[in-house]
Amino acid sequence: MSGATRPGLRAWLLAEEPTSRAQARAAAWYQGWLKLRANTLAMIGLAILILLTVCAILAPWLATHDPFAQDLAQRLKPPGWEGHIFGTDSLGRDIYSRLLHGARISLYIVLLVALVAPALGLLIGTVAGYAGGWIDVLLMRLTDIFLAFPRLILALAFVAALGAGIENAVLAISLTAWPPYARIARAETLTIRNSDFIHAIRLQGAGPARIVTRHVWPLCVSSLVIRVTLDMAGIILTAAGLGFLGLGAQPPSPEWGAMISEGRKYLLDHWWVATIPGIAIFTVSLAFNLLGDGLRDVFDPKESAR
Amino acid sequence: MTDEPACPAPSRRRPRLPRWTRKLAGTLASVAATLLGLLFVTFMIGRVMPIDPVLAVIGERATQEQYEQTYRELGLDRPLLAQFGIYVSDVLRGDLGVSIRTGKPVSEDLARVFPATFELATLGTLIGVLLGVPLGVAAAVWRGGWVDQTARVVGLIGYSMPIFWLGLMGLLVFYGMLGWVSGPGRIGIFHQGVVEPRTGLLLLDALLQGQWAAFKSALSHIILPAGLLGYYSMAYVSRMTRSFMLEQLSAEYVTTARVKGLSEWQVVWGHAFRNIRVQLLTVIALAYANLLEGSVLTEIIFAWPGIGSYITTSLLANDMNSVLGGTVLVGTIFVLLNILSDMLYRFLDPRAR
Repeated sequence: MSGATRPGLRAWLLAEEPTSRAQARAAAWYQGWLKLRANTLAMIGLAILILLTVCAILAPWLATHDPFAQDLAQRLKPPGWEGHIFGTDSLGRDIYSRLLHGARISLYIVLLVALVAPALGLLIGTVAGYAGGWIDVLLMRLTDIFLAFPRLILALAFVAALGAGIENAVLAISLTAWPPYARIARAETLTIRNSDFIHAIRLQGAGPARIVTRHVWPLCVSSLVIRVTLDMAGIILTAAGLGFLGLGAQPPSPEWGAMISEGRKYLLDHWWVATIPGIAIFTVSLAFNLLGDGLRDVFDPKESAR
Repeated sequence: MTDEPACPAPSRRRPRLPRWTRKLAGTLASVAATLLGLLFVTFMIGRVMPIDPVLAVIGERATQEQYEQTYRELGLDRPLLAQFGIYVSDVLRGDLGVSIRTGKPVSEDLARVFPATFELATLGTLIGVLLGVPLGVAAAVWRGGWVDQTARVVGLIGYSMPIFWLGLMGLLVFYGMLGWVSGPGRIGIFHQGVVEPRTGLLLLDALLQGQWAAFKSALSHIILPAGLLGYYSMAYVSRMTRSFMLEQLSAEYVTTARVKGLSEWQVVWGHAFRNIRVQLLTVIALAYANLLEGSVLTEIIFAWPGIGSYITTSLLANDMNSVLGGTVLVGTIFVLLNILSDMLYRFLDPRAR
């Protein structure tokens, strides 16, 4: 993955004077990767996330039982009971298999929000920053209003209006998550828009749409990516919270938050039903936090020194 | 789109109001605009919801004439902007509509449930600040040491653990296994109705009326949820404190103080800490605002009869007036706390003026 096994590639990546733009860019990424690799915690986070992705992809093959198959004779069995690694829930469903299938839902939600929210923020932020004037004032005022809302409560209100379900939860979380991205994108745009290369492009006849999409957006992406990684843990927690409240994925879906909610009734006598999905949520959001901190250390040393 | 390099603005010769008046007017205008925007968002949410507001009032079996009459009475035949105007003037008069679930005005319901949330969030913030500030200062002073590592782990767990799950685990361990605290609810069943609500803050009411047994019961009910919220608050407060302190401790005046021979205690608390007090105040205001949000899930876990429970229960009962009313209230408090923290910073810290 790192190319360390191929000396030619490594030398090309570490060349003192890159000969092409692609090489320079690849070298920058490679050096970032080297720095990140030295950060043990970030690597642990990355490993957990790779494992999660593998689990999600291979869920049907790794699972020992059908995640939806009920077996009331085998309900609420403790971990380790007759082939049920993590025990069974109140309907006799295998918790381990449900956990694996739930990983798919969690990844689906996180990736979807991680695409929609930054895209929305990028659009609003760059338009505000590049257009300036009253458009800027209007859009930033809108951003402030959304920032002023407590996020979970706004998401609740959106879900209430849209109806419960995974897609609506994604939409609700995205609608509450975009303002920070808009601010970042606007700040980046303000620093870029008066630089010489933008003036040069404009003199060549490029219109605002082309300048924003082709020249401003690519430069905003890296700071957004770091911010998104740092926010992923929050997205997971919000999604799980909505699921727990019965407003996200609906039963019998094995969404982790919903699983905790189901296990809540049996908490005192059958602790594993609620505990195990919680450990899964914690592990994944911890992994995102560790990786996000590591990425910030690499790309934004000023902020991380604090 | 003008992109000329900014030339110095020509100095205006108009007589000006004193600086603080203009600043205050600006802040007030911005608060008003934000609050208006907040109302607009809740108004729009109320518009797009798939529930017919007319049917919600008159029921499914009403005749066509009744439907049209109510439609007009609710102002739904007016333009959207006019409807928004009516909504704003209603809210300003404290009229948030009637809750379908409880049959009472939403504002009355909110006034009843709010003190419970206030009590919980206040105690939570108190715990968070009392533990978080010393932890953050110690982490900064012994940077890289075991205190710092502990603070880091505390923070990481706080940022990664679902609050509702940690609450359940707390119940499992401290209530189910150890029996140190009481379970869900606000007060034991024997003390229900013993304390006459005056302020609505159960602990305070019990104390004022000298109801010691009730006070003890209420305390053993609140300590777990408040501790839970306090933990999340501590994670945030300690991290910010640490970062503020590190900034101060690397400043030259600290070196000067050390060279002068002041004790480390004097340097840390007498010099560095004094300079972060204002920043800390703003952080605490924000932490408090965050707890209002965290209290939604916490209240569900602990069957705490506060605003979070109210919003969620109403949500599951499709009672939109209550949901939106609760959202407006929490949103308003959130905005006001944010503004307050901003103003505190501006007015108390001479460097920010």
